[in-house]
Amino acid sequence: MARVLTGSRQPGMGLSMADLTMDGAGIRYRRRAARKVAIVAGALAVLLAALITDVAVGPGNFSLLQVLSAIVDPGSQGPKVDVIVWNVRLPVAVMAVLVGAMLGVAGAQMQTILNNPLADPFTLGISSAASFGAALAIGTGIGLVPFAGAFLVTANAFVFALATSIILFLFTRMRGVTIETFILVGIALFFTFNALLAFIQYQASETQLQQIIFWMMGSLARATWTKIAVCAGLLAVIVPICMRRSWMLTALTMGDDRAASLGIPVARLRLEMLACISLLASTAVAFVGTIGFIGLVGPHIARLLVGEDQRYFLPVSAASGAVILSVASTLSKAITPGIIYPIGIITALVGVPFFLSLVMSVRRENW
Amino acid sequence: MSLAINDIHFGYGKVPLFRGLGATGLRRGTITAVVGPNGVGKSSLFRLIAGLRLPRRGSLSLDGTDLATLPQRRRHETVFFLSQHVAIRAALTVFDLVLLARKSGRGGRTTPDDLARVETILCELGIDHLSDRHVTDLSGGQQQLVATAQAFVREPQVLLLDEPTSALDLRRQLEVMELVRKVTIARNIVTLVALHDLSLASRFADRFLLLDSGVIVADGSPHEVLDGGAIEDAYGVGIHVERATTGTLMVDAYLRAS
Repeated sequence: MARVLTGSRQPGMGLSMADLTMDGAGIRYRRRAARKVAIVAGALAVLLAALITDVAVGPGNFSLLQVLSAIVDPGSQGPKVDVIVWNVRLPVAVMAVLVGAMLGVAGAQMQTILNNPLADPFTLGISSAASFGAALAIGTGIGLVPFAGAFLVTANAFVFALATSIILFLFTRMRGVTIETFILVGIALFFTFNALLAFIQYQASETQLQQIIFWMMGSLARATWTKIAVCAGLLAVIVPICMRRSWMLTALTMGDDRAASLGIPVARLRLEMLACISLLASTAVAFVGTIGFIGLVGPHIARLLVGEDQRYFLPVSAASGAVILSVASTLSKAITPGIIYPIGIITALVGVPFFLSLVMSVRRENW
Repeated sequence: MSLAINDIHFGYGKVPLFRGLGATGLRRGTITAVVGPNGVGKSSLFRLIAGLRLPRRGSLSLDGTDLATLPQRRRHETVFFLSQHVAIRAALTVFDLVLLARKSGRGGRTTPDDLARVETILCELGIDHLSDRHVTDLSGGQQQLVATAQAFVREPQVLLLDEPTSALDLRRQLEVMELVRKVTIARNIVTLVALHDLSLASRFADRFLLLDSGVIVADGSPHEVLDGGAIEDAYGVGIHVERATTGTLMVDAYLRAS
C-alpha cells in the first residue's frame, strides 16, 4: 500500500507541468493572488492615513506637522502639545484601530465557523452579557472580581462576556449539537441578559441609568496605554493563530462534511476559533462598550474586496474594522467642535452609508 | 490489492444501521456501484470508510492494512469521500476551491505542480472556462463538476463518490462517469460510487453491492445482481432488464400491483 501516485506521470491523465500556458488558469490564479496582496497593502495604507487623521483632528488647533513632530520627537513641540497628543489623542486613536481590528477579526471568524454571513461576535449574547455585567456594577456595585476597585465596571463586563463565551464553548462540546442549535442558544442568552439588564435599569437611579446608557453607547475616551498593550498583545497572539489555520478555515466554507473529508478536524477548529473570538470580543466590549456594527460589516467589506480566502480575508477584515472605527473616532470629534459623541452612535451612522455604497457598486451574490 | 469491508457494525444512537456488513476483494482499478433504497446507509458506509465515523465493531482494510491504524492525515490522503451535492455559498473562485482540495493534503502549501494539476483536472472535466468564476455564480450541475474536480485532484487511493451525477445533464453524466473509469484504471485505485440510476451504474460499474436492512443482500456483477431478484425486493418495485445492442444493460422499473 501507500503508493504515492503523482498524477502528472500517470497515463491517460492529460496535461503536465510543462503545459501551464502563459494565460492558463494557474497563471491567472497567481495574478489574482498578487492583486489581493496589493489590496491588503492598500487597506493598510488607508488605515495608516485614517490613524494619522484621527490624531491630527481635535480641539486645540494644532497643525498636522506639529502633531507628527510630537509623535516622532516628543518634547520638540512643548509640553502642552505633548500631553494632548500622547495622553489624549494617541491613546484614543490607537485604541480605535486596535478595537476595530479585534472586532473585524472576531466577526470574520464568527461568520466562518458558523458558516453564516449574518453572524457577528455579539450575535450570540456576548455584548448583552457584558452590558449586564457593567450595569450590575454601576447599578448595584456588585462585582465579580474582588479588589477590582476603579476597574469594577470593566472587570464585570469582561467576566460576564467571557462566561457567556465559555457557556457557548462548553455547549459545542456536547454531542449532536448542530450550528443551528448553537446559534439558538446564543440568541436565548442574548434575550436573557437583555431582560436582566432591563431589570437593573428599571431599578437604577437616574444618575446610574445615565451611566449605564452611556457605557452601552461605547466610548473610546476610556482608552489607556495599559488597555492598548492588552489589545495589541491579544491581536499579536490570535492573528498568527488564525493565519496558520487559514486554509482550514477557508475550507470550512464548503460545509462540515466536505471539510472533514479533506482531513480538517472541524470540531476542534471550531472550538479553537470560538476561544479566540471570545477573548477578542470580551476584551473589546469590556474596554470600550458595545460597538456591534463593525464585527458584522468589516468582514463583508473584506469579502467584497478579496473574497473568502482567509489569507487575504482575515487581514482585510481586520483593516476594514480598524478603518471604520478610526474614521468614526475622527468624526465623533469633528461633527460638533468641543463635543465628543459616543463612538457607538457614530460608527453605525458612518458605516452604514459607506457599506451600502460598496454593496451597490460591487454587486455579487456572496450573501 | 483491494479494499475489504469486514463485519461492520454501526448505528446512530441506539438505532443500529449495519449489522455485520461485509464485502471483500473490492479490487484496485475497478468501480463498485453501491446501490440500495434511500436511507439504507450508502453515505454512512462511505463515511465509515473515509474515517469520518467509527464503526462499533469490524474493520476496513486496504491492501491488507487496517485503515484505522493509519495516522488521521494519511488516512484522509488515502481515502477521499465526495459527499452528496450541496450548494456552496463561499466567495471563492472555482480554481480556489479545487486548489484548496489539493492543498489540504499538504498542510496548506501550494506548489507550482499543484497549480498545474488543478488546471489539468479542470480541462479534463471541461470546466476550465469556469476557473475564474465565483462558485456562487454556477448552476447546481456546474458546482457538482467542481466538487468532482476536487475529488480527482486529491489523487486518493480509494475514491468514494456519493451520487456524483445527480445534478448533471445526460451528456455530463456520461462524461463524468467515463472520467471516473479512466482515472480508476490509470491510477489503479479503488472506486466506490453510490448511484440511484441503475442503468448508468451497470454501464460503468464492474461490481454491484446492494444494501438493504443493514447488510449487503446482493454482491456480484451488475448482470448477476440485476437478474437475481434482490433489487425488486430491496426497492419494492418490479424491473425489466434488457441488454441494448451496445451491450449495456437497460433497467426499466415499475410499481408492482399491491
